[in-house]
Amino acid sequence: MSFALEQSPTTGDEVITNYTINFGPQHPAAHGVLRMVMELDGEIIERIDPHVGLLHRGTEKLIEHKTYLQALPYFDRLDYCSPLGMEHSYVLAIEKLLNLEVPLRAQYLRVLFAELTRICNHMLNMGSHVMDVGAMTPNLWLFEIREDCLNFFERASGARMHSAWFRPGGVHQDVPEKLLVDIGEWIDTRLFPLFEDAMSLVVDNRIFKQRNVDIALVSKEDALAWGFSGPMIRAAGIPWDLRKSQPYDVYDRMEFDIPVGTNSDCYDRFMVRVEEVRQSARIMKQCLAQMPQGPIMTTDRKVGPPKRAEMKQSMESLIHHFKLYTEGFHVPAGEVYVATESPKGEFGVYLVSDGSNKPYRCKIRPTAFSHLQAMDFMSKGHMLPDATAILGAIDVVFGECDR
Amino acid sequence: MAVLHSAPRYASFEGVLDEVVSALGDKVVAAREEHGEIVINVAREGIADALRTLRDEHQFQQLMDIAGADYPTRADRFDVVYCLLSVTRNLRLIIKTTTDEATPVPTVTTLWPNAGWYEREVYDMYGVLFAGNTDLRRILTDYGFEGHPFRKDFPLTGYVELRYSEEDKRVVYEPVELAQDLRQFDFMSPWEGADYVLPGDEKAVPPSPAPAPVAAAPVTGGAPKVDTPKTTDTPAQTGAGEKANAEAAKPVAEAAAPKDGGKAPEAPAPTESRPGADKADGGKA
Repeated sequence: MSFALEQSPTTGDEVITNYTINFGPQHPAAHGVLRMVMELDGEIIERIDPHVGLLHRGTEKLIEHKTYLQALPYFDRLDYCSPLGMEHSYVLAIEKLLNLEVPLRAQYLRVLFAELTRICNHMLNMGSHVMDVGAMTPNLWLFEIREDCLNFFERASGARMHSAWFRPGGVHQDVPEKLLVDIGEWIDTRLFPLFEDAMSLVVDNRIFKQRNVDIALVSKEDALAWGFSGPMIRAAGIPWDLRKSQPYDVYDRMEFDIPVGTNSDCYDRFMVRVEEVRQSARIMKQCLAQMPQGPIMTTDRKVGPPKRAEMKQSMESLIHHFKLYTEGFHVPAGEVYVATESPKGEFGVYLVSDGSNKPYRCKIRPTAFSHLQAMDFMSKGHMLPDATAILGAIDVVFGECDR
Repeated sequence: MAVLHSAPRYASFEGVLDEVVSALGDKVVAAREEHGEIVINVAREGIADALRTLRDEHQFQQLMDIAGADYPTRADRFDVVYCLLSVTRNLRLIIKTTTDEATPVPTVTTLWPNAGWYEREVYDMYGVLFAGNTDLRRILTDYGFEGHPFRKDFPLTGYVELRYSEEDKRVVYEPVELAQDLRQFDFMSPWEGADYVLPGDEKAVPPSPAPAPVAAAPVTGGAPKVDTPKTTDTPAQTGAGEKANAEAAKPVAEAAAPKDGGKAPEAPAPTESRPGADKADGGKA
């Protein structure tokens, strides 16, 4: 009785060839449906070919078949972690074509909730990032904060995630005074204690640093050439923030700092987000302090609907309401590209109007598209487990990437 | 026009249009500044050179997006739109070029590495070819997908649907079968944008051998002008005034009775009867 022992692959003289594995499409660290075809040499990544589009729903085509107002809720469903950030670009694009003035209170409300969205988004991203590299507790604590944020969205709009609260010309409904008071209190009594506690577990943690420092270094030149934006470009040391350089709504009245990285690695990207949360809270406090009373929707009745009470009294209001919710408003012919600083980076909308009540073309510029594309060059030469850290630091959501 | 909106504010556009147009020379087909955007149409052959000039000599470092757009009535039906950003000058530019189904556009992957996926997307969605792009695969649609879904002549519902088949134990592709028709609501005001004949208006259209649907909106007399705001009609336009009042004061019978003693006009035909559907009924009533 004898059997030949299988030859050990490490001791023989035969050449080990590269092999290919699939990362995803179902993988907890893929942050959605991402399939990456990885070519590995042992455990070293040689090449990555990300396959996206598994969540492609043809949003841009659907928008072409809807009126401007009906198309708005599609934007919530793009980056479902920061829905109001997506809406912001879209309503500003319409307002730019219409040259429509938005009441001051509405602008403050939008900025306030855009920043709350940023906090909400970063809670999810940072939590999952630390979990991808091995920590459990911070994620649970950060989800507490996220839960609070979602409750605030619910109190403002009625929906926890897909708010559909911004409107061309303002916001849908005013918020109760109590909500603003509660947000102010929450920042001091809940957000900071919980957040700083969670961060104290992470930012100086040895394991976290070992997994992130010096991973995926990107030079300033590369960051510009690859079209980086948001925390990705700031971590590379370029102080570029659309809220500061191309202010929209009332961001030019806000005082806040732009954190930048020094080393441009995954750790810097994480730390930029940590500081952004603090700065967002600072912006929110200024919004709460400065917010004036007044209308929250444009009084141009060709765009903004009249109040219910008006409709009981005025025939004209009734007609306006009927026309707005059947035909919708017409947008002058032309084209604009409007980009805002969404929590993930530059989120742009290229909107072409032919003068009718439906967009002729609405191209959505996702942040993830240029970041994920750089995945190949960022991970080259790194180990396989680093791919999850790099992916977590990109902050990718496939609703937005695939559209 | 004064800027009222609160969309992102860049640095001043003063002189930028002239600067860019003179730098690009005869590659520029058209250039305009509209809605707070600079839009420059560039000839297809010169697009890569033009973008290289803008990147290297005019500090437009970043390519933020490449968008496709379909205008089926044009000979060169596709627009390829490049959105450029200068982080040092804080400016944005929209550069456009046109192409058709067969003519490739020079690639810009040599200028910006992130152009690769954007060009793949435009190819996937519109079928625009990019000469020099070495990796022009589909990107967003399914493996083995056929057609280019964002073309205006591609139906919203698509052609195939897929499901998991219990018998075959795999995902199967089948032609789309809709339980009810896809409903397209046309809420455009019939006086402005309707491309069908209003019920009762059939006689107003001069009979032609093959009436084009667009020509069948005779009420406005021309293309809809929506950039001029609609205002309440003045009495001069509506014909209201003393004469009309006097006419209205006359007894009903005198005013309404047909002069030639013929039959009074009947109510318009119901909405279902469109020209072509059943002409005999709608026309003779």
